[in-house]
Amino acid sequence: MAWTRDQMAARAARELQNGFTVNLGIGIPTLVGNHVPPGVDVTLQSENGILGLGPFPVESAVDADIINAGKQTITELDRTSYVSSADSFAMIRGGHVDLSVLGAMEVDEEGSLANWMVPGRIVKGPGGAMDLVAGVRRIIVVMEHVAKDGTPKFRRSCTLPFTGRRVVDMIVTDLAVFSRPDRASRFRLIECAPGLTPAEVQSRTEADYDQEST
Amino acid sequence: MSKFFPNAALALDGLLFNGMTIAAGGFGLCGIPETLIAGIRAVGTHGITAISNNAGVDNFGLGILLQSRQIAKMISSYVGENKEFERQYLAGELEIEFSPQGTLAERIRAGGAGIPAFYTRTGAGTLIAEGKELRSFGDEDYIMETGLTADVALVKAWRADPYGNLVYRKSARNFNPMVASCGRVTIAEVEELVGPGELDPDHIHTPGVFVQRLILATSNEKRIEQRTVRLPETA
Repeated sequence: MAWTRDQMAARAARELQNGFTVNLGIGIPTLVGNHVPPGVDVTLQSENGILGLGPFPVESAVDADIINAGKQTITELDRTSYVSSADSFAMIRGGHVDLSVLGAMEVDEEGSLANWMVPGRIVKGPGGAMDLVAGVRRIIVVMEHVAKDGTPKFRRSCTLPFTGRRVVDMIVTDLAVFSRPDRASRFRLIECAPGLTPAEVQSRTEADYDQEST
Repeated sequence: MSKFFPNAALALDGLLFNGMTIAAGGFGLCGIPETLIAGIRAVGTHGITAISNNAGVDNFGLGILLQSRQIAKMISSYVGENKEFERQYLAGELEIEFSPQGTLAERIRAGGAGIPAFYTRTGAGTLIAEGKELRSFGDEDYIMETGLTADVALVKAWRADPYGNLVYRKSARNFNPMVASCGRVTIAEVEELVGPGELDPDHIHTPGVFVQRLILATSNEKRIEQRTVRLPETA
């Protein structure tokens, strides 16, 4: 049975380590913040210029001057610092952010990522995604295993324009988890959703990857 | 000498011309110079190249200058939910140059600091790299990005003293400090003007040298794009 969005987020959250600074993308990646394992202390970074993001505010505490990168109202914590967007991206580009969890339209077997434009459709722009994949030390992609039309999203090579080349370290889908120790290595299937066999995962995947070690 | 002007019209007087480049601070609708944007709308300057992370929404932020067809080109990272923007872009009436968000922030910072170009990994191997110089440092590929400057820069700050020293408020800081530095003339609109010596010199975000003119913001709507709340905790 396929994992739910929350289960996918919880699986990605198991990669969080104590003391990590983490940037979460919009959508399922945002849910990762709800599943931080007990005893693990992480600091969330938002690329518009906040280090130390708090939860959504109660109605009476909404402040238009405190928003995250998804333009959602949020709160500050006792550790929060506000910085300019240039300083925020110095944290990102300079390798000071440990982990980023992002959504994707496609990932290929070299770990290249496409998530910012579809040719022929209106292009809204890359936002901070290209900077994040170029600078953050570890990149986890959380996405549905196949697109709405059934097309596999983990592919031999991306058909959509790249956000970054050879940048993804781990892929969490609703069906499986793939990981690799470094960006020169091949991906390996490390987990299947309950009730799914490696063969069933493979039948819905286009990319070439190594099988679960037994 | 006080940099204070009584209103947006007087602060903008003599600075605007058709075909000019204007940089504006803000992220989404947070920390945007609402009063000065309205001032430019009132003057009707057109053919503007606008440097701004976003393009506002249909009837707010830079969106009001799109509505009035005053903007010819945007240099932005993300143009978001803006129907009039899409219409003009698809009709070929509006040019767009996409810059990744961190690259855009650094291009504005570099322009303001007199740095004509720099190298970044961001965008290497993507469409963003097309037509740009590629260079390897170590075993990584980098692309050259150019600094940005503007004829006029518009920023929104929380507090200012008469010397143009600025303090921003929370995440409304975003692009404003870099934008303040990139303008040949920079105008700041602020929520509060304080007297000389009332800002702690250790806590000033933008020093007055970057700010030539100041006004008190008369529009502080601070519209929220995504109002997200949680329920109060029950005891």
